Amino acid sequence: MTLDPLVLSRLQFAWVVAWHILLPAVTIGLASYIALLEGIYFATGKEIYFRISGFWTRIFAVCFGMGVVSGVVMPFQFGTNWSRFSDATANIISPMLAYEGLTAFTLEAGFLGVLLFGRNLVPRWAHFASAVLVAAGTLFSTFWILVTNSWMQTPGGYRLVDGIFYPTSWMQIIFSASFPYRFMHTVAAFYVTTGFVVMGVAAWLLRARKSPDEAKRMLSATLWLLTLLVPLQFFLGDLHGLNTLHHQPAKLAAIEAHWEREARAPIALFAIPDQKAETNHYAVELPLLGSLILTHDINGVVPGLKDFPPGDRAPAIIPFFAFRIMVGAGLVMLALVMAGLWLRLRGHLYDRGWFLRALTWSTPLGFIAVVAGWTTTEVGRQPWTVYGVMRTAHSVTPSLTGSDVLISLLGYMAVYGIMFPAGLWMVMRIVRAGVAKHSHEPVEAGRPAAPVKSGDGS
Amino acid sequence: MIFDFVPIWTLILGLAVFFYVLLDGFDLGVGILYNFAPTTAARNLLMNSIAPIWDGNETWLVLGGIGLLAAFPLAFAIILPAIYFPILVMLLALIFRGVAFEFRFRDVEHRTFWDHAFGYGSALATFAQGVVLGAFIQGFQVEGRHFTGGSFDCITPFSLFTGIALLFGYSLLGAGWLILKTEGELQAQARRHARFCFLGTLAAVGIVSLWTPLVDSGIAHRWFSWPNIALLSPVPVLTALFGILEWRAIADRKSELSPFLYAVLLFSLSYLGIAISLFPMIVPHHYDLWQAASSPDTQIFLGVGTLFLLPVILVYTGWSYWVFRGKVRADTGYH
Repeated sequence: MTLDPLVLSRLQFAWVVAWHILLPAVTIGLASYIALLEGIYFATGKEIYFRISGFWTRIFAVCFGMGVVSGVVMPFQFGTNWSRFSDATANIISPMLAYEGLTAFTLEAGFLGVLLFGRNLVPRWAHFASAVLVAAGTLFSTFWILVTNSWMQTPGGYRLVDGIFYPTSWMQIIFSASFPYRFMHTVAAFYVTTGFVVMGVAAWLLRARKSPDEAKRMLSATLWLLTLLVPLQFFLGDLHGLNTLHHQPAKLAAIEAHWEREARAPIALFAIPDQKAETNHYAVELPLLGSLILTHDINGVVPGLKDFPPGDRAPAIIPFFAFRIMVGAGLVMLALVMAGLWLRLRGHLYDRGWFLRALTWSTPLGFIAVVAGWTTTEVGRQPWTVYGVMRTAHSVTPSLTGSDVLISLLGYMAVYGIMFPAGLWMVMRIVRAGVAKHSHEPVEAGRPAAPVKSGDGS
Repeated sequence: MIFDFVPIWTLILGLAVFFYVLLDGFDLGVGILYNFAPTTAARNLLMNSIAPIWDGNETWLVLGGIGLLAAFPLAFAIILPAIYFPILVMLLALIFRGVAFEFRFRDVEHRTFWDHAFGYGSALATFAQGVVLGAFIQGFQVEGRHFTGGSFDCITPFSLFTGIALLFGYSLLGAGWLILKTEGELQAQARRHARFCFLGTLAAVGIVSLWTPLVDSGIAHRWFSWPNIALLSPVPVLTALFGILEWRAIADRKSELSPFLYAVLLFSLSYLGIAISLFPMIVPHHYDLWQAASSPDTQIFLGVGTLFLLPVILVYTGWSYWVFRGKVRADTGYH
């Protein structure tokens, strides 16, 4: 087998982005959570919020550091492995990425140091403001990166001259057809992911009889938020699906492994799509529900993969299963928040071992759903980088050989293989230590002490 | 086109890259010197001196990279593939050194491992950036809009030498920073390091300045033809002057800020020297700034926002440095 630089470059991008996305999935939510806790502490002066904030800030610091270093890798991928894509699309996407840097990264970086190390160096309002600005930075970053991705999914506002994209309308570029849905769906996903991390940790602290007061506050407030957010996320996901049906029918057909265009279509719960034979094996289908779910009309027409030439179809098996994993994880999360609501109404939220254990085991669910969702939308876009306009095969750097990319891919695999388990272990160690008992230590006279562990706030 | 944004973008990008070189330069330099710190207490202090700001410094790397993509995408698409492996090494090294900040404090059992990750990671990232610089000066094999050479072409004696040169340069900046941020025995050690790195930097700059015209006759002509030789003479003259001042400042126990400042000035002149050698080419020998520029619409759309945002960014970045001003102290507890 010869080494194909295209296939290896795709694997490499998938590898670095899949690991990277885990970190924003938790830091974006945590940044908002910490800003909220700091805000309550600033307003009420109750020490318990200070302690909870310190606890999560320690976890945030580890995740954010990993997010930064794995994020720095990303823009360079465009240049090193996807130079033809960069050359062709830079006029359009580069301002989006640059505005991400200018409005988000600098804001995060500028105020992160103060948030982590500066509690005693600045007035309390300035520390709170730093927490808010870091949180705002993470959301700005989400905005611009999803603007970029959405434009690649549903391009608009451009004209093509000699294979180079030129902007004609920045409004159409920024607010492309799929952007509002993708943005809301992703931000909600990140908040839900973080929520399940907070609940999982709180449940563990309760069962381990560590910091019970703090753990109860974490669990209760987060569960309220998720009782709203998880059902909302299903609604947003449905809207996103309708948008995909309208603007990316080939992707939708791949997600559903749906080969023939038809009205009153069934939905496949399970199948092994066969790209060559253009059919599904071992299909388990429910009649009519395909049309009902995908088009909101029992007589609705669902597109089929055969509507498109074989060269324009995504490999159905990947988005088909990735989508089902995402929805499955979502259903488990929905069941958990509903069970939580029921227990709360009966006054047993904190003392049902099975529920607390289930929450702890569900900590990774959000991450699984995020990566599965990302896989669905990215593989579903294939064989295009810019949907319907520029092919992935025409995007890769021409000078690369298979062995070049194999070396770099192995390098990324080795380094991430050390860094991510180490980071997870680090976070678990912080969790096991529990919420710090001490609250304020007096500020030393004169120059404040050098920073201790970030987030200790002492 | 109503207005030519290319000179403005050249300036913005030039400044962004220069900020990166200075800012991450000194904190990578501290990381290189970290390898020579005598005790755990000294290593704690060195790391603390940059812990609150390294993340912001590294942001300029992203801004520089994206800035090149935004302003001169053709250059981005040609240069990045040509420096595939130095970029890979730099990124992997930056990962190790970046996570070491947090991990080292939390993972006491493997502190030595994370110490090495930080020290060697900083050195390796610096070396890779030096190789990039050397490869850039030498130029690339290009056909049409693509790099057509091999991924190992950028590894040459010249680029390996610029890699070593940058190790000395960043260490000089790092030592200057440590003279500013530490006191007592550590500061004295930083002065000794600064002196050594200064001599190394001086030798490296001298050799590169002679070597560059030899590998590139165009650059030789740029510097040594009349009247350029007279017009450009302030660059080497000022370099020599600041070199003398830097040497004195390092030796003078009372000057704490000057060693860093003169190192910055020396970097500025070297940077200016490279700019003079290559201007107006952004892909040496192939494309100039105007040929590689993005569409005017792109440059205007991003330029307006950048001109508004950049001053704001500089203000709050300056504020975050101000918050952490003064000496770092050893007496706080890492246990």
